[in-house]
Amino acid sequence: MSEKPSGGTQLSRRNFLGMSAAALAGIAIAPGVTLYDLAHGKPPGQATSGRVRWGMLIDTNQCSSGCSDCVTACNTENRLSGGTLATDSQWIRKLELKNTRTGKAHSLPMMCQHCENPPCVDVCPTGASFKRADGIVLVDRHTCIGCRYCIMACPYGVRFFVHEPVTGQNPEVPRGKGCVESCTFCVQRVDRDLEPACAEACTAAGHKAILFGDLNNPDSEIAKRIATYASRQVREDLALNTGVRYQGI
Amino acid sequence: MKSGFTTMLRLLTALLFTLTIAGVSEAAPGDAAPSGRVAKPVLEAGKGDKCVEDTQFMRRNHMKLLMHQRDDTVHQGVRTKQHSLKGCIECHASSRNNSVIGSNENFCQGCHAYAGVTLDCFDCHTSKPGTAPPAASPHGQPLASASSTLDVKPVSKP
Repeated sequence: MSEKPSGGTQLSRRNFLGMSAAALAGIAIAPGVTLYDLAHGKPPGQATSGRVRWGMLIDTNQCSSGCSDCVTACNTENRLSGGTLATDSQWIRKLELKNTRTGKAHSLPMMCQHCENPPCVDVCPTGASFKRADGIVLVDRHTCIGCRYCIMACPYGVRFFVHEPVTGQNPEVPRGKGCVESCTFCVQRVDRDLEPACAEACTAAGHKAILFGDLNNPDSEIAKRIATYASRQVREDLALNTGVRYQGI
Repeated sequence: MKSGFTTMLRLLTALLFTLTIAGVSEAAPGDAAPSGRVAKPVLEAGKGDKCVEDTQFMRRNHMKLLMHQRDDTVHQGVRTKQHSLKGCIECHASSRNNSVIGSNENFCQGCHAYAGVTLDCFDCHTSKPGTAPPAASPHGQPLASASSTLDVKPVSKP
């Protein structure tokens, strides 16, 4: 390029500027497409896209022991009882871990890991347990027969069976007796371009331990962090390629 | 012995036949009468003056629309309000108990009780219109703006 005559350089520069202008015009002309792509939001009538894969990066160094802001936010959003008995649903719960050799303690939230290859979907006899195009693993309660195979298949122990009749649900989060349920990444919020309640609460409280975003978009904060820092999946040996990653464990 | 059995059979057949005729003739005027044997449900009108579809169409087909929309919503994240159960509830919740079920005057329950059709949507779905969960959630704004897109006009009944 630098060896070309100056005229050629000017021409290519002009071409470059022209192309840049065209690209900018493209953004301006079709904001409905381009800007939605950038923000990864979608209009309510549009189906979810397989180009997106929602994921979460949890920085365990920022997650303090005893803090349960994420759990509270989840319970509020999804109207869970907040009970911790074996029969209570805990879509997200805090784990306190300690390396017995080094003494290093970790505190981290554990919820549905939204696997790329979810065992719960593999074993479901009715197709109620499924993965959305954007990677969110859900239970279709209309098809769930409450057999609980998925609870047994899940290596993370994050699925729960509803044992009692439920009242006072969030209109966007139906829940009822006889179905299995788990963290939905607050799918009702994600569809409105909001982040899950736990991530929002964690950020709002200033902990910044939970980062939510699109793993497939190289420009997203989460993809950059994963590309820069070491992160791990829980039970990596199972090769489930989880959507939830942990930093610092 | 055999003739006795045949006679009894004939008698029974005749009895059954008579009963059937009686039943039909009794039912026919009952259906034609304005009040009917089962009282027609008295339902509170919705908040808007117009449903998202024609009323007669909705009577026959609301369940198909809901079934279709529910699959689109759960599996593909389509959250339009046109045929959503949430949209129905927002418009049809009673002004008395803010619900579509609870008594036979409530919109969903009233008609389902009349038709004798089990209604199990509300085993899982709330029967009350959307309210933002308490505090710390930005639900209020998006929900409010979304409800304005619902194809329902302010109350003005004929």
